[in-house]
Amino acid sequence: MPERVVLDSNAVYGFLGEEAADRRRSQHPSYWSRRRHSSCHQNRPNLIGRLAELAGSAIERRDLHSNGIEADGGTPIIPGRGSISEPRVVQTSGSTYNSQMTPLDFVISLALISVAAGVLGSLVGLGGGVVIVPVLTIFYGVDIRLAIGASIVSVIATSSGAAAAYVREKMTNLRAGMFLEIATTTGAVSGAYLTTLFPSRFLFILFGVVLGYSSFATYRKRHSAEPLTVSNDRIANYFNLHGSYYDTAEKKEISYKVVGTKPGLVLMYVAGLVSALLGIGSGALKVPAMDVAMHLPMKVSSATSNFMIGVTAAASAGVYFARGQIDPIIAAPVAAGVLLGATFGAKVLGRITSKTVRLVFVGVLVVISLEMLQKGLFS
Amino acid sequence: MTDSKRARPPSRSPADASTESVTDHGRRQVDPDEAAAMEEKIRKVEIAISLTLRIGVVLSVIVIAVGLGIMFSHHADYTSISGHFSYMTLTSPHTAFPHSFGALRHSIANGDGQGIVVLGVLLLILTPILRVAIGVLSFIYEKDPPMTIVTLYVLVVLVGSFFLAGA
Repeated sequence: MPERVVLDSNAVYGFLGEEAADRRRSQHPSYWSRRRHSSCHQNRPNLIGRLAELAGSAIERRDLHSNGIEADGGTPIIPGRGSISEPRVVQTSGSTYNSQMTPLDFVISLALISVAAGVLGSLVGLGGGVVIVPVLTIFYGVDIRLAIGASIVSVIATSSGAAAAYVREKMTNLRAGMFLEIATTTGAVSGAYLTTLFPSRFLFILFGVVLGYSSFATYRKRHSAEPLTVSNDRIANYFNLHGSYYDTAEKKEISYKVVGTKPGLVLMYVAGLVSALLGIGSGALKVPAMDVAMHLPMKVSSATSNFMIGVTAAASAGVYFARGQIDPIIAAPVAAGVLLGATFGAKVLGRITSKTVRLVFVGVLVVISLEMLQKGLFS
Repeated sequence: MTDSKRARPPSRSPADASTESVTDHGRRQVDPDEAAAMEEKIRKVEIAISLTLRIGVVLSVIVIAVGLGIMFSHHADYTSISGHFSYMTLTSPHTAFPHSFGALRHSIANGDGQGIVVLGVLLLILTPILRVAIGVLSFIYEKDPPMTIVTLYVLVVLVGSFFLAGA
């Protein structure tokens, strides 16, 4: 009977109770000792935790997990995904997951899920981590640290897998992408040093609101697909960031002009900053920054974001490797599956309309922003 | 995002359109032949980048697959469809696998599948960095100093962040 309860509450915690994961991580201080993060006490249950408590099912379990919890160990960089879920249920209730699964079953099933993650990730320019992290922690009961390592691998796999196809079809605006990477990489590096200044809870709420607004702005723009034909943006003209691409869905070459490089750079800096501060994938801010602020066509924004998230993730990948977060048996099927899926997703992106891409993106963004708000408000 | 609202109307007004035509070609005016040659150069560079990425990606997948194959061939109990050996023992926080370059070298020298998989993953991680490095070279080739500096800066920050992080 207790086993059953653990499973139920884990599923709930897994989906919405990310603060539990933060607490859990704090039990491995040595693991995060290199990252300087604000410490905040997070012993209060979240909304779902309270509901579960009312139902009388999760009391035991919460107590179990509240033991030995002192402070939030901070959130590491997780490109593509901010959501974290309960990790170490494995130890207490190994049998709740399908422990009859052999390593071969694990590798094959994870590879298949990774293909789907690669398709979605490359389509919207957010990276495969959006799918990989919750799947690993909720369905496989993998430790959150190892899931994050796998997420890094999946973001790079999405980026490189899709990029090989995008560049050939000239969908990616390499110049704009590289130019904007100035702000993103600088933001990511400075973010690592600013983590002690802001309470992470405030940042989660702020970011949830920002993402909520960008999903609204992206959605509102769904009918105006016409690219700009002139630009008076001096920076864009100086660096010649304008471009054109062949749209397979509309069967014509579409040339566009770039404006708003200054707000674009600011947003990219913020994107780099929050990815270091909050551990969320910066793609969620990069796509709206290019689509809404800089008027790049939606498909170009998505493809260019795909290029950029790989570069940003590569910067932190070394750290994750050194920390021992890249477990070969998890990383192998994820890398192979996501690469395959991303190559396919890149081909799909060419054929579907910008409006469809935008709507899929808005859907994913709404989910992420709600998770951020939930994490900020109820943790 | 709100700035875009302000940026858009002026760019469409006639007054700005006239100034735009002067600056449209960027730093200097280019004649059609030169522009076509430039197009061709850029096209070549893009194909080169695409090819490099493809090689890097395919190579890493091959190395990962070989590593997985060796890992499974060394451990017969991993490969059964159902059995008592759970994947959990390989994905727990206490699982041992190489996570330093020394341990990795040792593991590969022993012909250990896990080490080879990690090598393949590292190859994959290197592809975006390689791509930025090629970007620097390609902008030099295109004789585009501003973009060369931009890309070089990104590469320096990227490599620098590795050292800053202590990896």
